[in-house]
Amino acid sequence: MTVTTQWYNLFSRGARDWLRHNEKIREAIRQSLPDVVAGSDVISGPGNRTVQIPVRFLEHYRFRLATPSESTGTGQGKADPGSVLRPARPVHGQGREGSGVGEGEPHFILEMKIDDIVDWLWEELELPDLRPKSKSNVVENEVVREGWDKRGARSRLDRRRTMKESLKRRAVRPDDVPITNEDLRFRQLHKRSRPSTAAVVMFLLDVSSSMGDTERRLSKSFFFWALQGLKRRYRQIETVFIAHTVAAWEFDEEEFFQVTAQGGTVTSKAFRLAREVFEDRYGADRFNGYLFYASDGGNFAEDRGNLHKELVSLGPLLNFMGYLEVMPDLRSDGQTETAHQFDSAKKEGVATTTYRVVEHTDIWDAIRAFFQTEANAQGES
Amino acid sequence: MVDSKMEEQLLQYESSFNILAAEMGLDYFPVDFELVPSQFMMEVAVYGLPVRLPHWSFGVRYIHQFVRHRMGHSKIYEVVFPGNPGRAYLANTNSIIENTLVIAHVLGHADFSKNNHLFRRVQEQEGYHLVEQAATHARGIEAAIEKHGAVRVEQVLDAALALEPHIDIDKDLRRPLYPGTVETAPLPDRGVFRRRFDELPGERPRGREPLPPGKSAPIPPHPERDLLWFIAQYAPELEDWERDVFLAVREESFYFYPVFACQIMNEGWASYWHARLLREASFIPEQFYLDAMKTHSDVVRPYAGEQQVALAINPYHIGFVLWNHIVEEHGIDGARRTMTQEDDFGFIRNYLTEDLANELELFRYVARANGEIKVVESDMNELRESILAPKFNFAAPRVVVQDIQKDGTLVLKHDHDVDGTGLDVERARKVLEYIYRVWRRTVKLVTVNDKGKEETLEKSDSGD
Repeated sequence: MTVTTQWYNLFSRGARDWLRHNEKIREAIRQSLPDVVAGSDVISGPGNRTVQIPVRFLEHYRFRLATPSESTGTGQGKADPGSVLRPARPVHGQGREGSGVGEGEPHFILEMKIDDIVDWLWEELELPDLRPKSKSNVVENEVVREGWDKRGARSRLDRRRTMKESLKRRAVRPDDVPITNEDLRFRQLHKRSRPSTAAVVMFLLDVSSSMGDTERRLSKSFFFWALQGLKRRYRQIETVFIAHTVAAWEFDEEEFFQVTAQGGTVTSKAFRLAREVFEDRYGADRFNGYLFYASDGGNFAEDRGNLHKELVSLGPLLNFMGYLEVMPDLRSDGQTETAHQFDSAKKEGVATTTYRVVEHTDIWDAIRAFFQTEANAQGES
Repeated sequence: MVDSKMEEQLLQYESSFNILAAEMGLDYFPVDFELVPSQFMMEVAVYGLPVRLPHWSFGVRYIHQFVRHRMGHSKIYEVVFPGNPGRAYLANTNSIIENTLVIAHVLGHADFSKNNHLFRRVQEQEGYHLVEQAATHARGIEAAIEKHGAVRVEQVLDAALALEPHIDIDKDLRRPLYPGTVETAPLPDRGVFRRRFDELPGERPRGREPLPPGKSAPIPPHPERDLLWFIAQYAPELEDWERDVFLAVREESFYFYPVFACQIMNEGWASYWHARLLREASFIPEQFYLDAMKTHSDVVRPYAGEQQVALAINPYHIGFVLWNHIVEEHGIDGARRTMTQEDDFGFIRNYLTEDLANELELFRYVARANGEIKVVESDMNELRESILAPKFNFAAPRVVVQDIQKDGTLVLKHDHDVDGTGLDVERARKVLEYIYRVWRRTVKLVTVNDKGKEETLEKSDSGD
């Protein structure tokens, strides 16, 4: 009988192989990423840095016989021929037959970093990596780490480097003291200037009564991924959230998606507020401006003139305006009131695109379209 | 935490049991007992070996086991590995009474694995150190990962482990390649007697019919069951290290086979001996014996606690009852003879009588796709075969290599006649994908679809 502290107290093979399994799941998820994140539960808010995705265990396949309609087995206990040990399941509707893999299978929750997902998405959707666009001559000073020196402040001592030097020295003279002053290495800081890469993203949401839960979830998904994408591009990013019915209000992020309101739609109010906020708080000379508006496309006909005016005056201030039309209620000519307005603004040179979204998978087309336009615009500038 | 008092006590019992067992005629290689954390027990049970090749599929089994364990649904008493020395692990979280019982139980296993013909045959071929060999295999994999990258090694393991049950236990572990080209001159005339002998009914001619000189023999010359061996030896582009992985998995599979094919006998034998050794053990206090017997009856019973019926058989219980009966009828020497000669097939067919089946409350049931489970009337033959049905060939479908075509295409065939139904097509396709990655030529598989019509699945370069 031996009792010793063995390697297995320090190391679990089971855990190692389990982690490898999870890694494989991540790969699998990655390959079907747009489908996976299309599930509306995935987005728990831009403030949340991880998402939880329910996944099934991977199966290591082996040859197996087809599941017969009837199989026999052997059991033990008090049971007579003819007795039913388990009754047949009640039949609910149909369609469950034949789908060998389905519900009831064990699954678990995998937590993933949003940054990872965004990185994967970019590869998966083959989206271009955008270079920051410098809006103006405004430059910022920034301090970067660059190189090492033998002298410096104690707080910038690089222990790793120092040990490396020490090891190098002692490799030649093994009997030397562990650390000498000559070994010390300090990180050096340098000042660099670079063009400003600040951006403000304004999200405008129609919260009139025609915008139901589904419409809002679709809008939220699109906003979320658009923001994630822009975050890859700009170091400093500000957000503005504006909701409107016949009037417009600015909210913070959390309230924004929960706002409900009654009443009709006067879209121009939201765009006017957006323009005021942008001009007062940010300014086109310092900030790259992006605006996304989500609506089902209905707008009072009386607002037509005002909306046109706002779009045309806001357009030149911003880099881009995206219009997301969710589950649109189309007019007889196949266009909504609002889409029509964006169209005519575009004809007057405003940088804008309309995306039409009916279900979650459409979000990816919209996102892809948006970033591709952006990349092209970058090519031109 | 390791209880040093328990360790000390168990150490004493271990040597006392060794002496007692020898007196009672048990014959075994020495067993190394080790008291380990239950976490490690769980891992050993999942991997089937103390140290084994890493693969993600073990991770899935591990997490299932882990959850069951945490919920208290599964308690592992002992894990034992035949060899010389044998190895046994005891959980340091189990009570001293349970562990004492387990020591006696393990000696029964050790006796079984030294003397049973199937265990002997495999161990003679593998040597008596598979536990150490498996550790070497695992190190080989680590080295291969260093050299060829985790992804490539995993691809080979995906294929090899998926085919783990597909060996031919009737052939030797180390098999020569098939005869290649036959260039010998026609066999000399073997005389009138030989010719007449060969013509006797049931007598096959000795030696293969000579082929025309220089012509290559077909590969395989007969349908080949040992898929691991065949792919290792005949895959057109397999690299040496990949072949080693296949052969390592095959070697471990050979090792597992006797444990699988003798489970009822072996667990029954060990249960018979732990009961008997404890009964005869004068060195154990009276109260201790009674408590141990309570543990014994928790293990050796048809169904769990409050239930009245189980949809599976308990091999400990069946084996225990059968062995008791055999010892009663044929004496301990007769029982030992049976132990050396049989596997579960012979054991159940020869010794499970109708009376015993009634005593064991065995029944056969039919489970329908709608979830209904119904007990059915059956005669003894049906009952026996229903116990044995899951024990053929590691319970895997019978798939053989049929042919290698001129372009290198591997043709596998599923023996659906014997299995009674076709393969699960979706899974079979996935397995073909695994195989394709190591065979690196088209892989085909003939089976039948759900309408009983022959169907060929194919995995080739262009998809499928």
